[in-house]
Amino acid sequence: MIINHPILGPRDSQEFVYLGDAALIDRPDGLAEGALDTFHDYLYLRDNPAGLHRELWYHEQGDRSWLVVTRNTLTHEITQVELARDVARARGRSK
Amino acid sequence: MFGTGRYSGWRVVKEALTGHKGWGPAWRDPEPQASYDYIIIGGGGHGLATAYYLAKEFRQARIAVLEKGYLGGGNVGRNTTIIRSNYLLDGNEPFYEFSLKLWEGLEQDFNFNAMVSQRGIINLIHTDAQRDAFTRRGNAMILNGADAELLDREQVRAMYPFLNFNNARFPIKGALMQRRGGTVRHDAVAWGYARGADSRGVDLIQNCEVTGIRTEQGRVTGVDTTRGFIGAKKVGVAVAGNSSRVMAHVGMRLPMESHVLQAFVSEGLKPLIDGVMTYGAGHFYVSQSDKGGLVFGGDIDGYNTYAQRGNMPVVEDVAEGGMSLIPMIGRARLLRSWGGIMDMSMDGSPIIDKTDIEGLYFNGGWCYGGFKATPASGWCFAHLLATDRPHETATAYRFDRFRKGLMIDEKGQGAQPNLH
Ligand SMILES: Cc1cc2nc3c(=O)[nH]c(=O)nc-3n(C[C@H](O)[C@H](O)[C@H](O)COP(=O)(O)OP(=O)(O)OC[C@H]3O[C@@H](n4cnc5c(N)ncnc54)[C@H](O)[C@@H]3O)c2cc1C
Repeated sequence: MIINHPILGPRDSQEFVYLGDAALIDRPDGLAEGALDTFHDYLYLRDNPAGLHRELWYHEQGDRSWLVVTRNTLTHEITQVELARDVARARGRSK
Repeated sequence: MFGTGRYSGWRVVKEALTGHKGWGPAWRDPEPQASYDYIIIGGGGHGLATAYYLAKEFRQARIAVLEKGYLGGGNVGRNTTIIRSNYLLDGNEPFYEFSLKLWEGLEQDFNFNAMVSQRGIINLIHTDAQRDAFTRRGNAMILNGADAELLDREQVRAMYPFLNFNNARFPIKGALMQRRGGTVRHDAVAWGYARGADSRGVDLIQNCEVTGIRTEQGRVTGVDTTRGFIGAKKVGVAVAGNSSRVMAHVGMRLPMESHVLQAFVSEGLKPLIDGVMTYGAGHFYVSQSDKGGLVFGGDIDGYNTYAQRGNMPVVEDVAEGGMSLIPMIGRARLLRSWGGIMDMSMDGSPIIDKTDIEGLYFNGGWCYGGFKATPASGWCFAHLLATDRPHETATAYRFDRFRKGLMIDEKGQGAQPNLH
């Protein structure tokens, strides 16, 4: 698979480490009410869809950026690649 | 028994003398009935074994297995056929040893030649720390009634003199051996259980994909399929890599990701490797089929996928592992490779449990090790379906173990399914 890195252009997926569902960006608040349950779901449960999947890839052998890759799990076709930092900011994760 | 009667040596002679006119199809191809007491979703090894033991051991009737493709077209027909019970943890080892004991009597039990071959499996040791870990594992196996032996370097050399003993980075220092481990003809396992279940009245319904699970007031009432609605009192799900998709029909999210594992077969070679071996320094394992092909594999590709094929980096990685352990393997040509989709769980161990919906039961999370589990998985799932209680060897395989912190994490990798 070739991942079209937003800054570096097309790179072999071998250069990356895979983490999983990009929903992991939405880490719950550990001090909130019911955190035990939300953390259980966050840590252990996955949608695991057949079709479009937004997922986190880390460019370990490259610029060490985290990417959010939108990939079809039935065909391996990659339709969108974003910097995870932009995605996280857009979701209000970091200021 | 349906159609063909018992298989035996006498039968072969008799059929030979009477023009082979007495052989018939090994199982029926029935139309689905309006309802059943038990519906098992998934006609792989686990689903077929479940139906077989439900009928045979638990004396239940009105059972159907619904399979979206053909029987045995999933992972049961794609795996590298290794059976063993060399696990470390308490939640696992009694279960896998139960399974190995069932394998030992399986062919007589279901009257089918599954080519169960206890040719022995060795896990190679390359460091002192690894020897300590394998010694501990061997002791855990023995404590649970399994067999285990620690081999030194010269014992391994006597068995497989062609291994790369002079590898400076990963010297071979010995091995953990389980002589009762080995291989089984994978398709024959599906066929044997299918024939055994069918002959006891189980309806095996192929080309029947489950597209929905119906419930009423928290209770399961049946399933929607590509061949219409079929009612059921109890529904057992055993769909391996498709677990998340099927359970999504009732809104359940599972502690699982689906990943692809590839396998490879070389051209046929003369007898070379008479057992099974796993490399302890890279991810590579190999055995030789009765036709002479080297059957080998390595790591999963590592990203979520439902495409039953892998990518080149892992092909290369497995080939490198092979070359590093058995340098002469580089002279053999690769005949074919393929992939299967596995239900990789968050701790690398399976789930055999009830769900919050009454009458709906789940069996999955087998990762790349579910073939060896087939007999025990079927038995334990049938036990749960018939009695509503877990079998004594499967009490740890619960959904709530993640919530309670009771993970069964053989590799100690945590909630990262692509590392198990
Ligand atoms: C390459 C490879 C090598 C492996 N090597 C080993 C090994 O050496 N040793 C070992 O112990 N394990 C091994 N495994 C793992 C093992 O094969 C699996 O864990 C095990 O086969 C899974 O259980 P099963 O046989 O029931 O799965 P499957 O055979 O996959 O059965 C599941 C069935 O469910 C059906 N299904 C799915 N969705 C639906 C639906 N909606 N409706 C109806 N039917 C449905 C599928 O078509 C399929 O036939 C390997 C796996 C792979 C891919």
